[in-house]
Amino acid sequence: MLKTYQFPQFPYVQSDEQKSGRPQRHPVIVVGAGPIGLAMALDLASRGIRCTVLDDNNTVSVGSRAVCYAKRPLEILDRIGVGERCVAKGVSWKVGKVFFRDRLSYQFDLLPEAGHKMPAMINLQQYYLEEYMVEAIMASPLVDLRWNHKVTGLGQADDHAVLTVETPDGVFMTEADWVIACDGANSTLRSMVGAQFTGHFFQDRFLIADIVMKAEFPAERWFWFDPPFHRNQSALLHKQSDDVWRLDFQLGWDADPVEEKKPERVIPRIKAMLGDERDFELEWVSIYQFACRRIDNFRYGRVLFAGDAAHQVSPFGARGANTGFQDTDNLAWKLKLVLAGDAPEQLIDSYHEERAFAADDNLLNSTRSTDFITPKSPTSRRFRDAVLDLAESQAFARPLVNSGRLSSPTPYLKSSLNTPDSEPFSGRMKPGTNCDDAPVRSAGKDGWFLNRIGDGFGVLLFGETPPVEEVAHGGVSAKVLVVGRDFADSEGLLSRRYDARPGTTYLIRPDQHVAARWRSFDIGKIRAALARAIAA
Amino acid sequence: MPLNTRPNIPDHDDFYQELIDSQRDMSEAQAEMMNARLILLLANHIGDRETLREAIRLAGGKAS
Repeated sequence: MLKTYQFPQFPYVQSDEQKSGRPQRHPVIVVGAGPIGLAMALDLASRGIRCTVLDDNNTVSVGSRAVCYAKRPLEILDRIGVGERCVAKGVSWKVGKVFFRDRLSYQFDLLPEAGHKMPAMINLQQYYLEEYMVEAIMASPLVDLRWNHKVTGLGQADDHAVLTVETPDGVFMTEADWVIACDGANSTLRSMVGAQFTGHFFQDRFLIADIVMKAEFPAERWFWFDPPFHRNQSALLHKQSDDVWRLDFQLGWDADPVEEKKPERVIPRIKAMLGDERDFELEWVSIYQFACRRIDNFRYGRVLFAGDAAHQVSPFGARGANTGFQDTDNLAWKLKLVLAGDAPEQLIDSYHEERAFAADDNLLNSTRSTDFITPKSPTSRRFRDAVLDLAESQAFARPLVNSGRLSSPTPYLKSSLNTPDSEPFSGRMKPGTNCDDAPVRSAGKDGWFLNRIGDGFGVLLFGETPPVEEVAHGGVSAKVLVVGRDFADSEGLLSRRYDARPGTTYLIRPDQHVAARWRSFDIGKIRAALARAIAA
Repeated sequence: MPLNTRPNIPDHDDFYQELIDSQRDMSEAQAEMMNARLILLLANHIGDRETLREAIRLAGGKAS
């Protein structure tokens, strides 16, 4: 038990399915009730899809584990109903300091742009996030969350998968049109489908400690290279909520993971870091080593992989959970359309296309950070130290300092679902980017653009009267939203961020990504782009 | 901007002596650290990625 947090124990309940001994066919079974599995379930529920979640445990994450949540994942969490709670409980931060030996090498400011609902970055213990998501799921009639359900077998047919599940009451079989494996880096389902999971394995060990202390340190990310209190290695200090602080010490490959976890080894390291006799209590300690690798295909028949089950990165840059939420964001709407028969099954394959592309981008960034933090050769180490040394006085060297490139969404610029621009646009928005938020005003109330665009496809039209209120392709329709009629662009930021003129039209996907855009409203073009965006 | 591999430094003997002299009193480790800093400074000055790529390839012993 932690001093600041009491772990909930969720009750095991035998399902009717097991009691009756007759397998039921579920539209979706999610395996794993970690943050990604829970987000998957909430995202599906928000789209009206019933799903069953199986977890082999009965509580939330033990230890704080994932800590940093970036703006885009927070927007996703907001869409599925838990974002505001996370922000209220979490610690917002924007300044990072990098120390080399005993000196400040440089500091960065995330310089969050004003006019977004969500902050650039918050820190929050993983168990809070999971607790909020479990509560939201309990309130949803569409999600059946089953604790102490362990998947031990998988069979695949053309149009469904069969799972063997073990509970305290024995073993039973269940079926699903689609299974989503959110069962973490050591995914059992990944072994069951025989997938390759390859990449770099790093020969280094790190100690994570969460401590409780009253400290007046600011809510900043402090990263040390080769500090006097921990020579030749790196260290990190980061604030979480409830006066919990995350500490991270690089230990090297030769460290003994059992010895190093003992309080008599950990406490002196922390005292040396804090540099004084201040009181603290040790909450949670873990030793980890890491790899940067991904699954060869995010889809195996009727089994889809998301989160760490599909890709594993180093913790530097907070790219694990953050990118996992973007997996579920990408997948939920596609599953909905395919389950309803409104889009061909090929739409599911675009999940691999878009998210493997993003995973590779994350892996590249994560591997680069790791090479900087743990150089592999004396020469590599010398260059690293030279960069840190120069950074103190030379502006040019500061961008080279890499203590983790913080998670930012990877745009699906080459996705087959995009319709390329045929007219010039400037700014950050492009087919395949996630939509920037902006303040809007309607019915006398201030609000946010991303909260106004709805769960389905949308057509965003700036400043003109549309000839229709909806554009459809088969069973999929996109509702027309008019800026200046349905809501006001209260600060002009929306128009600026979308490089809009009167008549500018965007087709927006259900996951709040740009599918296509034009300088005028053309029903034929919108319909063609909609068809393309659902792989029809 | 292609990598200029023709003689480009006026007073080349003077430059070479300055480089060697600058490390004369250094330990091997200090000199190696200085070399790393020097490479980074010059690389930033050049800036052009194509030129840097060509220089890295050439310095690495690969035919251009």
